[in-house]
Order: sequence, then C-alpha cells, then structure tokens
Amino acid sequence: MELLIALAIGVLFTVGVYLVLSKSLLRILLGTTLITHGVHLLLLTMAGLKTGASPLLGENADSYVDPLPQALILTSIVISFGVSAFFIVLAYRAYRSAGMDDVEGSRGERE
Amino acid sequence: MNNLLVMPLLIPALTAVILIFLKDRIGLQRVISAVSGFINIAVAALIVYQVHTDGIQTLYMGGWMPPYGIVFVADMFAALLVLTTSIVGAACLFFSFASIGEERERYYYYVFFHFLLTGVSGSFLTGDLFNLFVCFEVLLVASYSMIVLGGTRVQLRETLKYILVNVLSSSLFVAAIAYLYAATGTLNMAHLAVRVAEAGQGGIMNVIAVLLLLVFSLKAGLLLFFWLPDSYSAPPLAVRALFGALLTKVGLYAITRTFTLIFIHDTGLTHSLMGWMAGATMILGAVGALAYSDLSRIFNYNIIISVGFLAFGISVLTQDSLNGVVFYLMHDMIAKALLFFLGGMILAASGTEQLKLMGGLIRRYPWTGWMFFILTLALVGVPPLSGFAGKVMMIRSGFGGMHVALALIALASSFVVLYSLIKVFQGVFWGGERSEEEIRPLHYKAMMAPAAVLFVLIILMGIGAETVNGFVMQAGAVLADPAQYINAVMKGVDPDGLSNIIELHDSVSVDVPQ
Repeated sequence: MELLIALAIGVLFTVGVYLVLSKSLLRILLGTTLITHGVHLLLLTMAGLKTGASPLLGENADSYVDPLPQALILTSIVISFGVSAFFIVLAYRAYRSAGMDDVEGSRGERE
Repeated sequence: MNNLLVMPLLIPALTAVILIFLKDRIGLQRVISAVSGFINIAVAALIVYQVHTDGIQTLYMGGWMPPYGIVFVADMFAALLVLTTSIVGAACLFFSFASIGEERERYYYYVFFHFLLTGVSGSFLTGDLFNLFVCFEVLLVASYSMIVLGGTRVQLRETLKYILVNVLSSSLFVAAIAYLYAATGTLNMAHLAVRVAEAGQGGIMNVIAVLLLLVFSLKAGLLLFFWLPDSYSAPPLAVRALFGALLTKVGLYAITRTFTLIFIHDTGLTHSLMGWMAGATMILGAVGALAYSDLSRIFNYNIIISVGFLAFGISVLTQDSLNGVVFYLMHDMIAKALLFFLGGMILAASGTEQLKLMGGLIRRYPWTGWMFFILTLALVGVPPLSGFAGKVMMIRSGFGGMHVALALIALASSFVVLYSLIKVFQGVFWGGERSEEEIRPLHYKAMMAPAAVLFVLIILMGIGAETVNGFVMQAGAVLADPAQYINAVMKGVDPDGLSNIIELHDSVSVDVPQ
C-alpha cells in the first residue's frame, strides 16, 4: 500500500512540477495545487498507513493510528487553501486589470 | 513556564484584529498601532531581561509537556531577535505614518503590518518545527498582501512570482517535515536534537537536512535569491524596509536553529555545503551590487551579500563565529531598515531610482546625506560602529578554522559593499542638483524621526559593544552548546513517559523503514 501511495505522490509531484514550469498562469496555479496535494499525501503516508482504527478511541483501544500527522495535514490543508484562494484571486486580478496571463507579463503590453 | 513568551505573538495579532474594525478611522489606527508597537518593545525587553537573569524561558502551550504539544522557547538568541524585531517594527511603523499614504492605510495596511510582526516573532520563539512552518505562513501571507497592496502592474507581476516561489518552498518544507516525522517520530526541536543524536546522522537524515537547508535558503535568499531583487523592488519603501530588515533574517534564523541544534553531526556535508552556498551568494550578490545603477537594485543586492556573510558565519560553527552571527544579525536588521528609510527619503526627494538622474541632495538634506555616509561605514564594518564587532568575530574564526577561502571572500565582499554604497552616496548627494525644477513635498521631519532613532542605535551598539556583547555571548553559548537548549526544554519531562512514547511510536509506524 505504501508503495502504491508513494508512486501516486511521485506522479502528483511530476505533473505538478511540469505544470509549474509552463508559462501560463492557470497551469502554474494547477501545478502548485497538485504539488500541495502530493505533500499532504506524503505526510499521511509517512506516518504509516496500515496500522489500525481511527485515532484515539480511548486509552484502552487495541489499535489506533497516530493522530498527529492528521492534525498536521489539516493545518496544512487550511493554509494551502487560503494561499491558493489568494493566488487565484491575484491571478484573476492581474488578468483583468493588467491583462497578464503569464508570469512574465509580456502579453499585457496590449493594454 | 512563562506566559510572557506568547505576548510578542499575541500583542500584534490582537492589534491587527482590532484594526480590521477601524477601517476608515486612520488616526485611531495609527494611535493603536503605535501603542502596540511600544508595548511590544517593552515586553521584548522584559523577556531579554528574564532570559539574562534566569536562563532559557519556556512555555508549554496548554500544559502539554514535550514532546506533546507546542513549546515556545526563548533562549537569548531568540529573545534578542524578538527585541530587535519589535524595535525595527516600531520604527517601520512610524516611517509608514510619514510615507505610506492614506489610500493604503485605509485598505488594511496596518493590519497586514501587525500580522507580519506576529509571524516573525512567532518564528523566533517557537520550539516546534511544524509550528515554525505555520508562523512562516502567517508572515508570508501578510507579506503577499503588503507587496501587492496598491495593485500597480509591477506589483501584481512581482507578487505572482513571489507567491509561486514561496508556495513551492513551503511545500518542500512540509515534505521535509513529513520525512523527519517518519524518521524520528517527533517535531519538537529539542526532542529532534536528542533523537537525531541517538539515531546518528546517516543517509536519510542528511537528505532531510539538505532539504531543510534548501527550503530555508529559498526563504532567506541564500544562493537561491533569484526572486529577491525583483520582488523587493515592487512595494513602497516602508514595506521594503520591513522586508529587507526582517524577512530574510527569519530564514537565516531557521538555518541557524536547525544547523546548530539538530543537524550537527555531519558538518562535513551540511555545513560545508552551506559554506560554499554562502561564498557563492556573496560573490553573486557583489556582482549584482556592482552591476546596477539604480537605488533599489543596489540595496537589494546588499541584502543578499549580508545574507551570504551571515551564512558563512553559521557554517563555521564555532563559539566565536556564532557570537559574531548573533551580533551581526542584530546589527544588520537595524542597519538594513535604516538603509531603506534613507533610500525612501532620497526617493521621495528626487522622484527617481536612477543614480544618473540624481545629484546634489546634500545641499537640501545634509542630515540624510551624512547619516547615509556613516551608515555605509557601519555596514562595511568600520569601528566603532555596530557592524565591526560581528564581522571581526566571524572573520577571525573563519581564518582560525579551515575556512580561509570563505573568509577572504567575506572580506572582499565588505569592499564591494563599501564601493556600491559610496557610489550611491556620490551619485545622490554630490554634484549639482538635477531636479531643482520641482521641489517635492516631503514629510521630512516625520521620516527623519524613526531613521534618527535607528541611527543612534547603530552608534550605541558600536560604542557599547562590550555591553551588548554580554548578551551576545550568552546567546552564542547556547547556540554552541545545544545541550543547554535541550535540557531547558526537556527538563520537566518524565523519562519514563518519554520511553513510552518511543515504544508507542515504534508500534505505530511499524511499516515505515527507519
């Protein structure tokens, strides 16, 4: 299972890096989203996947997974959600008011 | 336990929240901001005093003992940086009053300002690696907003690049944290230091260490500084002063903390790499500072040179060089803020950034001119100014160890700093006035006041170096001897409880190869 997820993380990173290296802003946005997804999945996988039930069902539970990585992922998701929203709004604003749709802003000269 | 430690975080955060509701009442916003700034300085000074008399202070959030929960730790290094941050922050605040303009003030400038300070102070004080990531994000989100506030074309373009770089580096940071958690089962820095020492810093640990080094380098502008000169040219000067003084320093602080506390067992790899990155940064920064002839580029490449210089000091890793790092870091935060203040006055007076289009300002603004000149000497490291002591300690220990080449580069970089800033001084203040047709309105006195305070601080730090050094030595001693930090954080922890945690972790992550 870990191997499968690790491969999926690898694919997410590869696709994300490919998209980030392109010039169009929209692709870059998608690329960063995919990379962040990959990172979150990595956090989950690194804590171990197969070891049991929900976290912390009581002190005497037979098995439970480590709850810390899930708390970390939750925090990280919230942060990347906020940053992505800001990034998208900014890109939209740049497109609307300055006509930019790539990072160099070269298309914007028309306005 | 010391609840005071959360105040440098809480005061700016609370101020920012209050200011959100006072959107249109600019006068009140300024008053509250200023009061908050002064309280912050007082609290930071109190923390420095407590650390000085009682040793390292800790705060276990919610009473959770390490390695559970989040711990705040103020050793002397963190406390001094928090104090410097609050002073520089207050100065930037007053400079903003004079220069930022009503439009920005109305659109939550001070809110972002205080959230930025929250993030910076939090990064210095936290003793938990994931919490460091969160504090980084707080200050980064505030800095995105501050760069783009105003929404000009250049600002939009540079903010997009700046966010992209930081989103990627933050992703790598979280990835490094994930690996580290898998390998050690903890994120508390003191506990990490114990675990890494126990497990030995072998292959996987070195991978993580280098990954963290790259992440922090990207934030600090160490070698990976390609984004810095453009991004830092976009916002107004008050914002640039804040960024130049504080943001790269947070990255440097993270490097210092990580590579004096946790990853210290394979210095041949990690610290050599850091050393050569520092050398390359100084050389490339010097090339940039010599190549350009506009104010903001020269200033920005000067930031990069000093980042390289400090990283060189960290990579040497002796007691003496770490003392130098602490001293020079404090000096550099104040001096860079002052540099941008004076740059802001020059810009406001001449209306251009191109050196060729300026001249003769010394007639109208003699004080600005001479302050700039003395600041240049301080940045170069001429005694008895504040840059001298730190530089001497770092370069001396560089020559003492096996870092002669790097020490020579560091010395040479000082000459480049001298040349590039004297070039600015000549271009701006000497010669005939070029822009006499329009005398621009300038809140000269209001801009001068915060600059004068920082200027006096630079001179006092130089003349009173012996006094400052007492504090600096205490900071350097903890950096050079991680056991002090670890014991201070872990002292309340039951050793049996700790071993239970280790067993728990081993049973939980049974599938992860360690």
